[in-house]
Amino acid sequence: MKKWIDRIARWVFTVSGFTTSVVILLIIGFLFTEAAGLFRNPIVEEGYVLALNPKNPVKELSAEQIKQLFDEDITNWKEVGGPDLPVRVFRLEDLDQLYTEEQLGAEYEFAGAKIAEQVQQSPGIVAFVPDVLVQEAPGVRCLPDRTIPLKDVLLGAEWYPTATPSPIFGILPLVSGTIWVSFFAILIALPFGLAVSIYLAEIAPEKVHKLFKPVIELLGGIPSVVYGFFGLAVIVPLLQQTFGLPVGESGLAGSIVLAIMALPTIITVAEDAMRNCPRTMREASLALGATRWQTIYKVVIPFSITGITSGVVLGIGRAIGETMAVLMVTGNAAILPSSILEPLRTIPATIAAELGEAPAGGAHYQALFLLGVILFFITLFINSCVEFVSARNKFKR
Amino acid sequence: MSLPIDSSYRRRKLWLQQAVFALFRVLSYAVVAVLFLILGFILFHGAGVIDWTFLTEAPTDGMTSGGIWPAIVGTFWLMVGSALFAFPVGLISGIYMSEYAPDGRLVAFIRTMTNNLAGIPSIVFGLFGMAFFVNYLSFGDSILAGSLTLGLLALPVVIRTTEDAFRDIAPSYREGSLALGATKAQTIWRVLLPMAMPRVITGLILSLGRVSGETAPILFTCAAYFLPKLPESMFDQCMALPYHLYVVATSGTDIEAQMPIAYGTAFVLIVIVLAMNLLANAVRKHFEKKLKSK
Repeated sequence: MKKWIDRIARWVFTVSGFTTSVVILLIIGFLFTEAAGLFRNPIVEEGYVLALNPKNPVKELSAEQIKQLFDEDITNWKEVGGPDLPVRVFRLEDLDQLYTEEQLGAEYEFAGAKIAEQVQQSPGIVAFVPDVLVQEAPGVRCLPDRTIPLKDVLLGAEWYPTATPSPIFGILPLVSGTIWVSFFAILIALPFGLAVSIYLAEIAPEKVHKLFKPVIELLGGIPSVVYGFFGLAVIVPLLQQTFGLPVGESGLAGSIVLAIMALPTIITVAEDAMRNCPRTMREASLALGATRWQTIYKVVIPFSITGITSGVVLGIGRAIGETMAVLMVTGNAAILPSSILEPLRTIPATIAAELGEAPAGGAHYQALFLLGVILFFITLFINSCVEFVSARNKFKR
Repeated sequence: MSLPIDSSYRRRKLWLQQAVFALFRVLSYAVVAVLFLILGFILFHGAGVIDWTFLTEAPTDGMTSGGIWPAIVGTFWLMVGSALFAFPVGLISGIYMSEYAPDGRLVAFIRTMTNNLAGIPSIVFGLFGMAFFVNYLSFGDSILAGSLTLGLLALPVVIRTTEDAFRDIAPSYREGSLALGATKAQTIWRVLLPMAMPRVITGLILSLGRVSGETAPILFTCAAYFLPKLPESMFDQCMALPYHLYVVATSGTDIEAQMPIAYGTAFVLIVIVLAMNLLANAVRKHFEKKLKSK
């Protein structure tokens, strides 16, 4: 009986030991399947086609060109490699203005024929219509549609996920937004973080250490929405006044909030690393006549540099993955930022802001999962860096 | 004894040291002052809002007045739900890591996976929760899906504290128990678990404090903008404090009127984190005393 319990226990323990590994695999699996679906979507919204006059020789349009055509930024076919012909944009709604209800039929049964009529009449037309209406129509050339190319997503400089007829999923503005915000956050957090960790580990009297340490740890536990709210209530208006900005929500506001949030991580890890420096090494240095400061920067810091680095890298990881605080203070403009004082948008903030509105299973939804995959890999990379660094540290000892 | 030639050099070095130390001290005090400022600012503005009606009533007039009771209840259930998932699973996997797993590559692999799980941003958990719990397992937007997602987030911390707590128990306890004829399961249950419990519970409480404030994982798995009713089962959506703070601070009809509510909600969130920290400390002290008196 006892033996049986022992065996069952061993079995239960072993199975549940693998929980985290299974969860990671599930995360990878689900994120990847959804994200990969994006590249099976056509450029033009599903169920629709772009119909052209047969005389128009244009063979291919990219998502960006289609958007410019329909925004009337491109007004001549010359600009996309066609003949010198003015562009006429035609949407399904335009039918109601051109024809009466009777002409279109009670259930739109003549709509296809009327569209074909329009397309035949004007050589410069580009019509965005449901594919069932024009597939059989004579004298209409449907632009052959491609699936969304990987290159346009990874190197695209525009993010217009809800544009019709063809949404644009260029992730560069989001990636660069994330990098800008995290970079400046670390730039701000680094000097403070290092100073505080050196002070706490080496200089501070015991009393001060006992007071500061729990406070800093507590601040690591404060929810990110609270930091975001503080940023919104205090830092954003402050920046707006100081720099005379039209809006205070900016990359810099995000960086400041993130710097404050990354500080506890950096300080805790770096301080622990310095405290692990053996007493004997310190004493040897002091005995040779070095001052305390010389001991710190010639002995303690070089010894614990790997630990300090992991603290900083973990801080960067926290900054890159942080969602709510950034969402609240950066203004969320999905453009390539030209300065840190402009509104910008990060990868996590985009997911949080848009997933609620993206219909499940659609291209937009899948694009947001792709962002999740990218984020997942960034953090995986950062974690591996930390593990690599700490593994080297063991070797050194 | 330093030589006279040395003394000016040494004086210069000492002067430098004092300057550097002073700089570090100033920076450190500045950081801690900023942190206190943030806490103080929110607590100061929030304290005026908190009263009995604010804590016990539902929001009214399109979030511009009334209280936050449904959000408090929702957060409570999410914490309970995630604890019910993360505690047993985390405890058992932690024990496996410390007591059963053969040393070597396997344990290193699992530990790497656990570390990786701990490093994944909360929004990715949200995405996964939505794809897996909400859509694939069709729990829908519900407390169940939300607490499972949050439980996954808390899992690595619970595993790590459990493993550390078990590893720090001296081998003589295990050997003593086994020598008396107890099986391994009995040893774990009767000897090791009671000794490790204080640290495990402390870790659990701290991670629950963190769970209570997470917003991104519940955005798409559970949180509701506004619900007049309290949730009735684990398949209902619920309001939650952090999401409520986000909503009240960033959207709505009348931001000016919503500000006091936002301060109040932030106040309650900070108090929860503080309370969890104090509770963890109290639990640790209580168990330590008990162990010593034995």
